[in-house]
Amino acid sequence: MSAINDVAIITRRQLLLLTRVPEVLIFSTIQPVMFVLLFRFVFGGSISTGQPGGYVQLLMPGIFVQTVAFTLAGTASGLAEDMKKGLIDRFRSLPISQSALVIGRTLGDSLLNIVVLAVMGIAGYIVGWRPSAGLGNVALGFLFLLFFGYALSWVGVLVGLSASDARVVQNVSFIVTFPLTFLSNAFAPTTGMPRILQYFAEWNPVSTMVAACRQLFGLKNQFGATAGSFPSEHPLTTSLIYMVIIMLIFIPLSLRKYRHSVD
Amino acid sequence: MKSVLADELVKTYDKGRVRALDGLSLDVEEGTVLSVLGPNGAGKTTVVRILTTLLRPDSGSASVAGIDVIKNPEKVREVIGLSGQYAAVDEILTGYDNLVMFGELYHLGKKQAVVRAHELLERFSLTEAAKRPIKTYSGGMRRRLDLAASLIVKPKVLFLDEPTTGLDPRGRQEMWGVIQELVKGGVTLLLTTQYLEEADQLADEIAVIDTGKVIARGTSDALKKQVGGERLEVVVDQANVAKTMEIVAAVSGNKATLDEGLRLISAPVSTGSAALFEVLKSLDSAGIHALDVGLKRPSLDDVFLSLTGHAAEEKQAEITEKKRGRK
Repeated sequence: MSAINDVAIITRRQLLLLTRVPEVLIFSTIQPVMFVLLFRFVFGGSISTGQPGGYVQLLMPGIFVQTVAFTLAGTASGLAEDMKKGLIDRFRSLPISQSALVIGRTLGDSLLNIVVLAVMGIAGYIVGWRPSAGLGNVALGFLFLLFFGYALSWVGVLVGLSASDARVVQNVSFIVTFPLTFLSNAFAPTTGMPRILQYFAEWNPVSTMVAACRQLFGLKNQFGATAGSFPSEHPLTTSLIYMVIIMLIFIPLSLRKYRHSVD
Repeated sequence: MKSVLADELVKTYDKGRVRALDGLSLDVEEGTVLSVLGPNGAGKTTVVRILTTLLRPDSGSASVAGIDVIKNPEKVREVIGLSGQYAAVDEILTGYDNLVMFGELYHLGKKQAVVRAHELLERFSLTEAAKRPIKTYSGGMRRRLDLAASLIVKPKVLFLDEPTTGLDPRGRQEMWGVIQELVKGGVTLLLTTQYLEEADQLADEIAVIDTGKVIARGTSDALKKQVGGERLEVVVDQANVAKTMEIVAAVSGNKATLDEGLRLISAPVSTGSAALFEVLKSLDSAGIHALDVGLKRPSLDDVFLSLTGHAAEEKQAEITEKKRGRK
C-alpha cells in the first residue's frame, strides 16, 4: 500500500511542477494545436480523402497519435533533468519503493496528455472535426491514445536514464519519434508511398494506432501493400498487442536500469 | 558501538581500469563526526554512495547502524540522511513544497509533513524564502534546504558529501554553523571534504584518503603534528636575509629555511601568534623592515605532500586526465 502512496506523491509532484511552470503546459498544447491548424489548412485543400467530412477527419486521429507519441520525449527529458541535478540520488536514498519515482513520472506525463488531448479535440472541433461514431467509441479512442502514450512513456524512461546529457535526450527522442510518425498513415495515405515503404508504414505501431482511432471515430481505413493482413483488418487488436509488447519489454528494462542507474 | 563500518571496499569503473576504491576501510563511532578528507577523485563520493546504498561495491562489506548495506539496503535507507554534492531538491518547486513532499515520502502523513517542514525552515533560517522556488535561492540556501530535507526524519547516521564545495566564504561559514549545531545535538556524521580547515572545524576524527585508500587517520591535532604544524614566514630585502634567518631560527628553535627567489624565510613554530609577535619585535629592534610576515597553517596540500609525497593538485590533474581518456 505504501508503494501506491509513494507513486501518488510523485505523480502529484509532476502536477505541482506543471502548476508552477505553466509555460510547460502552454507549450505542450500550443504545438499540437499549431499542427492541427497547419495541416488542416495547408494540406486539407489538396489531399482528397474520398471520405465524408474531408481531410480533417483523417488528420485528427493522426495528430492525436503523433502527440501522444511525443510523451516519450517528455518523460525522457524530465528524467534526464532529474538525474543531472542529483534528485534521483535523493529519491533513491529514501525509504520508499524504488520504482515509485519512475512510475509516478509516467503517470504524471499521462495526466498531462489528458489535458493536451482535450485542448486538441476542441481545436479540431473548431476547424471542422466531427467524429461520426457514438460518444462511447470516441471515448474509447481517447482511452487508447492515453494508453499508447503511457506505453511509450516507458521507452522514454529508458532513454532518459541511459543518456549522458539532457540535451542529447531531446535529440534522440526526436530522431526516434519523428520518422515513426511520418512513415505512417497519420498525415497522408500510405498508398502513395513506394511499395517497400508501405510494408513498414502499415505495420508501424503509429499507423495501427491511427487506423484504430479512425475506426473508433467512424472512418474507413485505407491500406496499400498490406491490405487484407491482420493489422489492416484488426488495427485495434494489433495496437493493443503492440502496447503490451512495448510495456513487457520496456518496463522491466527501465526499472532495472533505474536500480542500477549509477553502477 | 560503530555506527558506520566499511571493510576493504573495492569499486572499479570502466572494466577495472579505474580503481575508485582500492580496499578502503573506515568506521565511525556512534555520536561522533568523521571527516573523510581527500582531493577530487580520491574516492570520497564513491564511499558515500556505497554507504548510502546508491552503489554496490565490487567487493568488501559495509554496515550502517549495524545494518548490512548490501544485503538490507531498504532498512539502511530508513535510518540515514544524505545530502549530496549537488543540492538535490526540486528547483522549480518552493522550499516548502520540497520539504512537504519529502516528508510525505518519509510517510509522515500530510499534516505531520507540513508541521515538520515549518520547523525545518525555521531552524535553517529559510522561513522567509519558503514560498519561493528553489531556483531563486543562493548556493548556501540550497545546501541548507538540502540538508533540511535529509533531516526530516531524525536519521541515525547523516552523510554529507562535500557540503560546502562551490559555496562562497559566507555561505561556507553559515553551513559550518548549521552543521556545528547538528553535531552539538549528538548526530553521528560522516562528512567528506577537500578542505582541511573544514574537517578541522567540524570533525572529531579525520580519515585522509587518496587513490581509494585511507592513508592516514587521527584527530586534527595529530594529523597536523604529523604535517608539522604552523610555519612562520618572513619576506625581507636581500640585504637583511642573513640576519633575519638568525632571528627566525631563534624564535622558532628550529633551523630556518630560505626560498632565495622569493627571499622568503620560514621555520616551523608551535606557539602561533606569540611567535609572530616575537619575531616582529626582534626584527624591529634589529632595524629590519619586513615586507611580509605571516603564519601559515598547514593546508591539505601540506598534509598530502607529507603523507604521499605528491601534492593534491597534481593528483587532481592526473584524475582529470584519466576521465578525459575515458571519453
